[in-house]
Amino acid sequence: MRMPEPDAGVIARRAEIVAAMRAIVPGEGVIADADELKAYDCDGLMAYKGLPLVVVLPETTRQVSRILKYCDANQIKIVPRGAGTGLSGGALPMADAITLGLGKFNRILEIDFDNRCVVAQPGVTNLAITKAVEHAGFYYAPDPSSQIACSIGGNVAENSGGVHSLKYGLTANNVLGLEMVLMDGEVVRLGGKHLDAGGYDLLGVLTGSEGLLGVITEVTVRSLQKPETARALLVGFPSNESAGNCVAAIIGAGIIPGGMEMMDKPAIHASENFVHAGYPLDVQALLIVELDGPEAEVDHLIGRVESIARQTGAAYIRVSQSDAERLVFWSGRKNAFPAVGRISPDYLCMDGTIPRHKLADVLKKISALSEHYGLRVANVFHAGDGNLHPLILFDANNPDELDKAEKFGADILRYCVKVGGVLTGEHGVGVEKRDLMGEMFTEDDMKQQQRLKCAFDPGQLMNPGKVYPTLHRCAELGRMYVHHGKLPFPDIPRF
Amino acid sequence: MTETLKPKDAAQVLEAVKWAAGEGTPLEILGRGSKRGFGRAVEPGLGLDLSGLSGIGRYEPNELFMTAFAATPMAEIEAALRQNNQQMAFEPADLGPLFGGDEDRGSIGGAIACNLAGPRRVKVGAARDHFLGFSAVSGRGEVFKSGGTVVKNVTGFDLSKLLAGSFGTLAVMTEVTFKVLPAPEKTRTVLVLGLPDAAAAMTMARALGSAHEVSSAAHLPKAAAGRSQVSYVAGAGRAVTAIRVEGPGPSVEHRCRALKELLKGKGEIEELHSENSQALWREIRDATLLGSANGDPGGRQVWRLSVPPMAGPGAAEALARDLAGEALYDWGGGLVWLAIAARPDAGHEKVRAAVAAAGGHATLVRAADEVRARVPVFEPQAARLGQLTARIKQAFDPKGVLNPGRMYEGV
Repeated sequence: MRMPEPDAGVIARRAEIVAAMRAIVPGEGVIADADELKAYDCDGLMAYKGLPLVVVLPETTRQVSRILKYCDANQIKIVPRGAGTGLSGGALPMADAITLGLGKFNRILEIDFDNRCVVAQPGVTNLAITKAVEHAGFYYAPDPSSQIACSIGGNVAENSGGVHSLKYGLTANNVLGLEMVLMDGEVVRLGGKHLDAGGYDLLGVLTGSEGLLGVITEVTVRSLQKPETARALLVGFPSNESAGNCVAAIIGAGIIPGGMEMMDKPAIHASENFVHAGYPLDVQALLIVELDGPEAEVDHLIGRVESIARQTGAAYIRVSQSDAERLVFWSGRKNAFPAVGRISPDYLCMDGTIPRHKLADVLKKISALSEHYGLRVANVFHAGDGNLHPLILFDANNPDELDKAEKFGADILRYCVKVGGVLTGEHGVGVEKRDLMGEMFTEDDMKQQQRLKCAFDPGQLMNPGKVYPTLHRCAELGRMYVHHGKLPFPDIPRF
Repeated sequence: MTETLKPKDAAQVLEAVKWAAGEGTPLEILGRGSKRGFGRAVEPGLGLDLSGLSGIGRYEPNELFMTAFAATPMAEIEAALRQNNQQMAFEPADLGPLFGGDEDRGSIGGAIACNLAGPRRVKVGAARDHFLGFSAVSGRGEVFKSGGTVVKNVTGFDLSKLLAGSFGTLAVMTEVTFKVLPAPEKTRTVLVLGLPDAAAAMTMARALGSAHEVSSAAHLPKAAAGRSQVSYVAGAGRAVTAIRVEGPGPSVEHRCRALKELLKGKGEIEELHSENSQALWREIRDATLLGSANGDPGGRQVWRLSVPPMAGPGAAEALARDLAGEALYDWGGGLVWLAIAARPDAGHEKVRAAVAAAGGHATLVRAADEVRARVPVFEPQAARLGQLTARIKQAFDPKGVLNPGRMYEGV
């Protein structure tokens, strides 16, 4: 992984920068000790590591503003960081950059039940928002697997999804407002408790911008009433094809389940051995289909899904009879990553999205690649929205295995794009998929995206080296060659 | 005299924009032209009529998406979706009648460029939430695309969000992909009669905050209710608060009963079935209950306020009083349509002050050209945000040839 060459001049000024940070953030909010910096040497993508120049943990928007103003004036890069659970290396430190951690922004500022929203600081965990409103029957819908640890600010930066995004949307569909600090230290507020912030949809643009545009210091999210009830079906299939057909048939019947997850045989076995959820071990693919909503609706739809499953060749069907049983069904899926972690020293988690009907085809390709590279793979899959999570198993102590695993992953993602899908459904591009962006986008496509960055951060100091494979100077991106001449009439009909 | 260019494909759009950028000639981007009166009134540039870029490209019902050329008529798209029991869940408003035009004349590109949404906004979002990807020509005269055909996609910046609601000021979309969803099997509307506006907001909050999956909640004060074509609504002779539930038959019946129970004692309760529900929600969606431009004796001006739901009635009642107007509420009170007696300044200072106090933004949707030339149509932006807006415009359209000034002066 090639990162921009660290600026030796900045590194040489480290003591002066640390002192400037200490003048802004007093006490223990500035971490400069090499041992302590190790805690920040990577995010959830542990294959890539490096020490930051210094870590700063501000507590107020004013401090964030002063830090950024200083960095902007002194041409110092910053890497924003939430809880550090990201899976694409978006918070990978750089030797010449300040890692700006938002962990101390950990308060819920307001709960407004009548307007159905919560105002929180960015370091509040995803689950803490639900915990804050659940006594009144509300919850926050996006539920990434890391929801115990991941922060709402990080969720906004990555546009996180989760198992319920098929029905309830991604982070982007659930955020109402933001406060952010631009690279020059200016504080901007977008949206609020109302819908559709006026003007250009910067709220939408910031969501999923991977820390390249602004540092988020406050978030307003929608809170939803918890569905009256939820029930799940556990359905086993003799082949990936039949499971894929079942998914397509459910959607085709006009049913949008609250969640629809799939696991392949290696993932089923790893999970079952870990949490003993009672999964059938003699099937090739397992679906968990959850229906939620009013009881009358759920009962009605469970029956319809059950009959679709039988028609598409299900070999095993179990319907949850209690909420406890439903949670047991989910326990295997929710623990699939750590379960795979137990059977392999390391794994890489990929994140492509594909058209649903290509599922069996893509799984076949993955299995062929697995043989080609000699690396095992387990697949978990947000089947309802086509978001695939192949887990590539490898051993980092074996020097060429990481390299092989990365190549394997890249081949999977290329194939996802080839069949009409995309590189990443919810984990972000970060550094991990940066060099694959050209598989999806032309140079012009990427340059236009980078021009948007230039509007926010003309010096390109915020999280450089992430998302885009080639850094262009903003002046170069802005240059435009115009052609004067006659309108090519009559090629274009004119009235 | 304005002339119009009528490209027949994306390649010709590219040629036209390259030429305009070279000459510095402003273009007015037109899909089907049904919303030409929406936005600031500026010197009309050379028209770029996209009606030649029409037709559904790919429609895959099981993959829940459709790709269509930008100027494909909404009516054509809706008809294709109906055949598969699907819909655009964000139910974009048809603003044609509000502007004095005919119904069903809008295009998909126009709906997205204006980020339209209907009463279901509270549950499923606006055009921005359903817009998956596009191909476009930037004001730089370059073809670029973003997004894809799958719903879950975080690859690169989400330029679809940026283009939705940009009123053609950043790029000319030539092809768009959007999410489609199953149409509900059944619809019921619970009506509560005779509530004052503030009590209606509380009632709507109660319904929207219940577990009964309400898909929309609107409140029609007496005058607006009286204009409805639905006899139960017009004949009520009182204000009408409407709560909609949709979905599979048994579920809808169950929820409708539960809502009636929940709202018992708030006021007299009625129930509309599917056909009447559809008619009423269409009237609410298109804001026709405020009276059309033609049929409206006073030629009233129309504002659209987006505020926190509980702040809607407070803001609207004061404005209605001060500006001799009337309000109509959607989105549980968070969307206020406000019709006021026409004034040269459209009462914009009062409207903006009320919105600033409530938190939110206001758009002057309908007013004569000379008013929309003088009065800020969109919510004025704080200094730094305005600068960011101008820089984004510069990044996409440095020569300022795409709908310049349509949203903000100089943008």
